[in-house]
Amino acid sequence: MVMGAVEILLLVLIAAVLVFGIGVVVLNRRRADGSATPDAPLTRPAAPPPKSGDVKVGTILEQRGETAVLDGQESEVDPRSEPVSLRERLTKARSTFAGAIAGVLGRTGITDESFDDLEEALLRADVGVGISDELLESLRARVAAKEIAEPTELLDALAVEMKTRLAGSDRSLNFADRAECEPNVWVFVGVNGVGKTTTIGKLSKQQIDEGRSVLLAAGDTFRAAAAEQLGTWAERSGSEFVRGAEGGDPSSIVFDGVESAASKNIDLVMADTAGRLHTKTNLMEELKKVRRVAEKGAGQVTETLLVIDATTGQNGLSQAREFNEATDVTGVVLTKLDGSAKGGIVFAIETELGIPVKLVGIGETISDLIPFDPNDFVDALLAH
Amino acid sequence: MFDNLSGRLEGIVKKIRGKGRLTEADVDEVMSEIRTALLEADVNVTVVRSVCNRIREHAIGATRSNALDPGQQVIKAVNDELTRALGGETLSITYNSKPPTVILMAGLQGSGKTTNSAKLASWFKSQGRQPLLVGADLQRPAAVAQLRTLGAQIDVPVFSNPEDPILTAAAGLEEAKRLGRDVLIVDTAGRLSIDAHMMDQVRLISGAVDPDYTFLVIDAMTGQDAVQTAEAFHEMLRIDGVILSKLDGDARGGAALSVKEVIGRPIAFASTGEKISEFEQFHPDRMAGRILGMGDMLTLIEQAERAFEQDQAEQAAAKLMEGQFTLDDFLEQMQQLKKMGSLSSIMSMMPGVPKELKNAQIDDDALKPIEAMITSMTAEERAFPKIIKGSRRARIAVGSGTTVSDVNKLVKQFDEMQKMMKKMGVMGGGGKKGKKGGSKRLPPGMDFNPGNLDMSGLPGSPGIPGIPGVQR
Repeated sequence: MVMGAVEILLLVLIAAVLVFGIGVVVLNRRRADGSATPDAPLTRPAAPPPKSGDVKVGTILEQRGETAVLDGQESEVDPRSEPVSLRERLTKARSTFAGAIAGVLGRTGITDESFDDLEEALLRADVGVGISDELLESLRARVAAKEIAEPTELLDALAVEMKTRLAGSDRSLNFADRAECEPNVWVFVGVNGVGKTTTIGKLSKQQIDEGRSVLLAAGDTFRAAAAEQLGTWAERSGSEFVRGAEGGDPSSIVFDGVESAASKNIDLVMADTAGRLHTKTNLMEELKKVRRVAEKGAGQVTETLLVIDATTGQNGLSQAREFNEATDVTGVVLTKLDGSAKGGIVFAIETELGIPVKLVGIGETISDLIPFDPNDFVDALLAH
Repeated sequence: MFDNLSGRLEGIVKKIRGKGRLTEADVDEVMSEIRTALLEADVNVTVVRSVCNRIREHAIGATRSNALDPGQQVIKAVNDELTRALGGETLSITYNSKPPTVILMAGLQGSGKTTNSAKLASWFKSQGRQPLLVGADLQRPAAVAQLRTLGAQIDVPVFSNPEDPILTAAAGLEEAKRLGRDVLIVDTAGRLSIDAHMMDQVRLISGAVDPDYTFLVIDAMTGQDAVQTAEAFHEMLRIDGVILSKLDGDARGGAALSVKEVIGRPIAFASTGEKISEFEQFHPDRMAGRILGMGDMLTLIEQAERAFEQDQAEQAAAKLMEGQFTLDDFLEQMQQLKKMGSLSSIMSMMPGVPKELKNAQIDDDALKPIEAMITSMTAEERAFPKIIKGSRRARIAVGSGTTVSDVNKLVKQFDEMQKMMKKMGVMGGGGKKGKKGGSKRLPPGMDFNPGNLDMSGLPGSPGIPGIPGVQR
């Protein structure tokens, strides 16, 4: 118990009370003055929306030389075909990043601009300012020490450094033996809209293909039609399915699911939960309860997977931190990596929080889930 | 937790305070911090560059005026520029003379299109309109079911046809005309901006219904990719406005600035929660402060309003000002604060909180010993902490599982705080007494502008610069 915190807390709390109190007062004055409340209709009819798609002069559209390349015919992936490599699926996203990297490689030597370009590439990949600075600092030192002289060497060195940092993690999905544990429970958590339910659909199919029996528990009792959505995936993958009434208690659904799986000798329960922002204390408390209850009965939670959307910026790190604190996250699923976003935030999640990325979502169909390969990931990130 | 801009600039501002004017080098330093703050807020790299160039102009201009506090002037210039960049032309709905007015919703998977379609429908209803929702997302399992459930909640009809999204949209338009609905909101499937087939599909949907307004729904936590997405959708569909979703999180929301800069269309609405009612007009000034990490003051205040009893908060403030804030009041306010969320996330939203406080691992469990101590006190002790000496301290320590020295610290710090607050109250308001009749209220004539308060009394704090958005 750090009692230095007393004075700190007092400062904060009194300042907070002060601020809120004053704020409330001021806000009341504003409202009393008749100023616009959030519900007022929007004012002043504007000119009809412009119908031209002109590039505005002086905006970023003009500055960027690269334009997004929209692929031609994209062939539908046959679910029974060979698993597609990350590299292949990400090829179309490469072009937008080619600019910065091409800049580095295009020069005859290594200059300050080379580092600017590398920084830009890393930042645009959502790696984040802190980590980018760190990575580039060590490279700068090596260039100064004449260890690296050519631009290609520079890029290689960066790739190697990043891959090294991601090496050595156990990325396998934990599954305990039937003898010890019946059933295994994998819980899926994350903020709203990241792809938890879809991931469960895909993963359940994979597990069934590997010979395990699976039950899906519709622990999202909040979102309209969430249980129906998961039910559809259960049908598609051939999993058992347990749901409750909308608005019901998520913990009891998960508990029921686990009991049902135990009675039917089902190997694995995948528990869906409602998306929730990590800043909502009451919802995080609810999630903690779900996690606890998931192994209260017959089962054992052997994976708590945090689903992170590849388009997420720096907030992804906060998400990971909070969800980890609440539920002991054992792995990350990085979704929507088939888009133009690079998912660089998982680099921070792994290196700062030590949570390994285990799976990658690369599409909306049932087969679009592959294991995370750190080397492929770094190469794709740097268009290497 | 990200340092807020004020914290970042602390060191620089201290140096600047002594000077009457800023040198170019000073401005460079400031701009570097601002750049970092914007990048940490997820503003796109290229957008940061252009925005910083503009801010720099203003910042240098600000210092040429003989401002007494150039540091504050610079921060104000930054805030003003961002507010301007985020604001500008407000989007207002001009209804089609031949109903229905058609709205098309587009965006990436999971951005919040379906939820916001319902919110928008509810908003139109509040404007006296009669919307019809069309479920043209035939891709995601149960997407239409979701929309139907939401429609039922707000009593808005939902139309869909399992055949084909383009046909559904077209049929929905006919249905709206047939039913005499004057607004049509078409929900579409989430799609990747680089998925040519799907982008083509949404173009065809748009062609089929000829929308009066096309809204791009962007998740507030989106990172650098927001630019790519916005450009691609804008090129394909000609976006009229942006809806920023999931603003109830703690994402700084730089994507909003990126999108605005890149496509130049207004951010029309902000979605601030999962409930249908949590939908409002976008406030550029609040967003500017949030992106800069200067604390989203008004959102914080609104959240506080929800969690705090209004009366209580006013009374607490009045009491604080007059030095009559007791440990009881403190306990009560702490409990209210807890309702608002974790202490660290509240702190992250507050401007002017010095870096040291932020970095000190404030964990909500740290509140427990304080609460325990206060609850171990008698009512008299809470009202008059000065009587807490000797055996009382020992008793409180034992009762709360703390030490006598902890109790000492609490009492002493609280006393010092009371004195400081009283001083600030006198400076800010003139110390008029409240109305008669028991409850302490701030007299009607008194207007506290936090911008005028000198918070320099708090150790390490550079003071709260003109807080954006809170004005007379």
